[in-house]
Amino acid sequence: MTQSFPVTITVNEKEYKREVEPRLLLSDFLRHELGLTGTHVGCEHGVCGACTILFDGESIRSCLIFAIQADGHAITTVEGLAKDKDNLHPLQQSFWEAHGLQCGYCTPGILMSMIPFLKQNPDPTEDEIRHALSGNLCRCTGYQHIVDAVKLAAEKMK
Amino acid sequence: MKSAPFEYHVPDSLEQALELKSQKGDDARPLAGGQSLVPAMNFRIVQPSILIDLNRLTELSFIREEGQTIRIGAMARERHLEFDASIAKHIPLLTEATPFIAHPQIRNRGTIGGSVVNADPAAELPVLMLALNARLKAKNVSGERWVDAPDFFAGMFTTVLEPDEILVEIKIPFMSPRTGWSFMEVAPRAGDYALMGVAALVTLDENGKCQQAKLVYLNAGDGPMDAKQAAKILQGEKLNDSLIESAAVLASEQEITPFGNMHASAEFQRHLANVLTKNALKQAMQRAEENLQ
Repeated sequence: MTQSFPVTITVNEKEYKREVEPRLLLSDFLRHELGLTGTHVGCEHGVCGACTILFDGESIRSCLIFAIQADGHAITTVEGLAKDKDNLHPLQQSFWEAHGLQCGYCTPGILMSMIPFLKQNPDPTEDEIRHALSGNLCRCTGYQHIVDAVKLAAEKMK
Repeated sequence: MKSAPFEYHVPDSLEQALELKSQKGDDARPLAGGQSLVPAMNFRIVQPSILIDLNRLTELSFIREEGQTIRIGAMARERHLEFDASIAKHIPLLTEATPFIAHPQIRNRGTIGGSVVNADPAAELPVLMLALNARLKAKNVSGERWVDAPDFFAGMFTTVLEPDEILVEIKIPFMSPRTGWSFMEVAPRAGDYALMGVAALVTLDENGKCQQAKLVYLNAGDGPMDAKQAAKILQGEKLNDSLIESAAVLASEQEITPFGNMHASAEFQRHLANVLTKNALKQAMQRAEENLQ
């Protein structure tokens, strides 16, 4: 066990103080230290996109950054999207309505990739949506319903 | 799938970072965006004993015009290159090629300096450094030196940086007038490592003849591969299909040395290089002609 260092990380607008070993990945910090298991871990080398979170508002892979590097930064995870289960974020609601998920493993990463994407492109074409989804692997849906859900979300969020 | 333990340093200034690098030398790896280093550490392909995290060095994250060049700090994120207005205006090849680098989530974190120093033969930025005649500034505690892009890469995942040096800045000249550009690659899926890729530049003279051409390939050898002979046969000529065909054959058969991998044999990579060369040269030529008018 190597030495641990104190960090202060804001996650979903709540400040957390913890001691972390430098090699602890941010994805593991969120899941194991904070119990925020909505952030999923797939490949742990940046390919699958399941662990995508917002880091100071921009989507990044939480498996490709150490928790210690998030010291002083603001993180948003999928848990930060909805106020409660009856008040889903319009993007989540759209995934529900358009059947944008099957097993759901990839969904948190996709949602966290689409939040900044829809902010930058409020009225995206299907091609743009598909390109924006290229960094997130889904093995169930064949993507069509995910694309539909993102289109629906763009409508709702107008 | 977890990294081995390491000693972690996060300097607040370049001076501190250089001091650390001079003390720790080869044992210490600078951590830039971490989009190649961290997965390699997760796999334990590499186990650096010390990391020097450069992410607090905001002094290295600039992009600014100076004279006829754009100066880019080594810690500028790839996503910032992609949307920078002066790069789009003066170095459009870089703007066009940047979205080919992995995915937005990776480009949000990945840096130009990190990718260049990683010197992956399959990466886009080393190829672009050669194509665009970039100069790279390395620093150590006692001074700095500028290295031309062709002299910077020393083989697969290797550069000429000394153990006490850190890459701090990249300077790219504006693309010359009457220059057309193209960047093309073939990848199994968008954002994957490309099986083959090429950056092409064509500069025309006032009469529409090719004054200078440049063809640099990725995943085509042990570093970015500059097909100088192919570029040379285009020089001074009015470009036509048969000349472009000859350049494509020369580059793909003689000048590149692809190894083949599980997705593509070396022969198929050469075939892709041939086709991409022709398409890229045609697009670059067309754009140069538009600039001529």
